[in-house]
Amino acid sequence: MDKFLQLTLTGLTNGAIFALVALGFVLIYKASDVINFAQGDFLLVGAYIMFGMVTQVGLPWSLAVLATMILAVALGLVVERLVLRPLIGEPIISVIMVTIGLSSLLRAIVSSIWGTTGRPFPPFIPNQNISIGGAVIPADRLIAIVLAAILLILFSLFFRYSREGIAMRATADDQQAALSMGISVKRVFGLAWSIAAVTAALAGVLVANIIGVSGVVAGIGLRVFPVVILGGLDSIPGAIIGGVIIGLLETYTGGYIGGGLSQVVPFIVLILILMVKPYGLFGEVRIERV
Amino acid sequence: MLALNNVEVIYNDVILVLKGMSLEVPQGKIVALLGSNGAGKSTTLKAVSGLLKPEDGEVTDGEILFEGEKIHEQDASHIVRRGIFQVMEGRRVFEHLDVEQNLIAGSYTRTDRQNVRGDIEGVFEYFPRLKERRRQTAGYLSGGEQQMLAIGRALMAKPKLMMLDEPSLGLAPLLVQEIFNIIKRINEEEGTTILLVEQNARLALDVADYAYIMENGRIVLDGEPETLKSNADVREFYLGLNEVGARKSYRDVKHYKRRKRWLS
Ligand SMILES: Nc1ncnc2c1ncn2[C@@H]1O[C@H](COP(=O)(O)OP(=O)(O)OP(=O)(O)O)[C@@H](O)[C@H]1O
Ligand SMILES: [Mg+2]
Repeated sequence: MDKFLQLTLTGLTNGAIFALVALGFVLIYKASDVINFAQGDFLLVGAYIMFGMVTQVGLPWSLAVLATMILAVALGLVVERLVLRPLIGEPIISVIMVTIGLSSLLRAIVSSIWGTTGRPFPPFIPNQNISIGGAVIPADRLIAIVLAAILLILFSLFFRYSREGIAMRATADDQQAALSMGISVKRVFGLAWSIAAVTAALAGVLVANIIGVSGVVAGIGLRVFPVVILGGLDSIPGAIIGGVIIGLLETYTGGYIGGGLSQVVPFIVLILILMVKPYGLFGEVRIERV
Repeated sequence: MLALNNVEVIYNDVILVLKGMSLEVPQGKIVALLGSNGAGKSTTLKAVSGLLKPEDGEVTDGEILFEGEKIHEQDASHIVRRGIFQVMEGRRVFEHLDVEQNLIAGSYTRTDRQNVRGDIEGVFEYFPRLKERRRQTAGYLSGGEQQMLAIGRALMAKPKLMMLDEPSLGLAPLLVQEIFNIIKRINEEEGTTILLVEQNARLALDVADYAYIMENGRIVLDGEPETLKSNADVREFYLGLNEVGARKSYRDVKHYKRRKRWLS
């Protein structure tokens, strides 16, 4: 029983982090139809900036998180303005190629500043074990779940109730109609990229806090593909629930069946679900009526 | 309030659609713009509201003045803030948002955000049917309800000038009448100036204070609705009546085409 609890908590941690990364990915896709292959590298950049701020600049960790968030927003805006905006209206395949290029570029920048060897992350979350109902779980994981959950709730409220959040969803629905409301589509794109960059950077910090800073952090980014396909490429709740499902599936398979299968089973489940729900669990169904 | 002087619009750098379009909308009035398919009515509205850019269209000549200020080089969000709001052809509600979120999207440019809640209720007074469906996804509303939502969304922006592009499109006659009554009420109660594009000439001429008829990218006829209603060509081509006032028969349609070429 406590093995089950243990695995569930680990699964939820991973799932919450996947959800954060998937949120940004879905946002960019919804707003601008761009599939961002550089999402994982935003995690990497976030983790290394945080690392640099704490160990090299010597900031206390609260300020370091703030600085990381500000730099991530700046990065998102720069990428949108310089890389993506000139490509508006170009074939989707060129845009995808550009995000792949961006991914290599970010990776190269990071390794030229910080090198390629992995390093331990300054422990800003106390690293003790807490036992819950017989399961022992490291505090850093628990805090990662809580932080990710808070962020996800805040963003869900933002998209449901705030003027800017509604404007972003309106733009995703019908760009020209959004323009006719006086909504600035450029601003919406900028906002989507900066939110994506900042959530990814924070996810990167949470991951690095658990596994240390190294290129592996970016690899977590690639795991969002099954998540977003499961949840539905254009669904914000889908990203969250998809993240949690994949996180749990991976740890359960790893724990009960064996490590090698942990990456495979989620894909099998994914295929089964897509056979029933081709838009993913929560993907927006194209509304067709006459 | 709004004046177009010899406006020329070109799409994709080659397709000339408006060829010296001129028209005037005085403050507080309802002005109708009539014309057959492809005459350039929607293009005229988009030129005013700054929505040509995403379709690769451009005002290449002439000027568009709103309250004396040139607006044809400004972008859409600025024009909405200046007080012009276009209700686009085909309703274009945000399908995946609910009714209330659509209305909030309409209020996007408002600076007095504390009044938005109250104004949503104000919209529901015009359209009680929307109130019952305030949490419903807009994509699943009926065509008539979507048109109401599109107009309600415009009300939320509190525009000085509301431009409506074929609000009767695809609606049952009774509903069309209802929508037109509400347009009239908005004009009277909110003091909103209205530029109304329509295919349904009969109804448009009933509510309008002044009307323009366009063909092939320019105005060919304009006047008071009563004058236009008694004009033989208008009666025949736009109201579907022949000299004795009866519905025209199929044979007359050929004649209609011939005359129409001459008219433009
Ligand atoms: N984006 C575009 N690119 C190229 N040509 C266009 C574009 N939009 C409209 N046109 C052309 O401009 C002309 C006028 O179109 P417009 O939509 O303004 O007509 P309309 O009077 O609104 O017609 P309808 O009553 O059918 O809505 C048409 O011949 C149309 O093919
Ligand atoms: Mg039209």
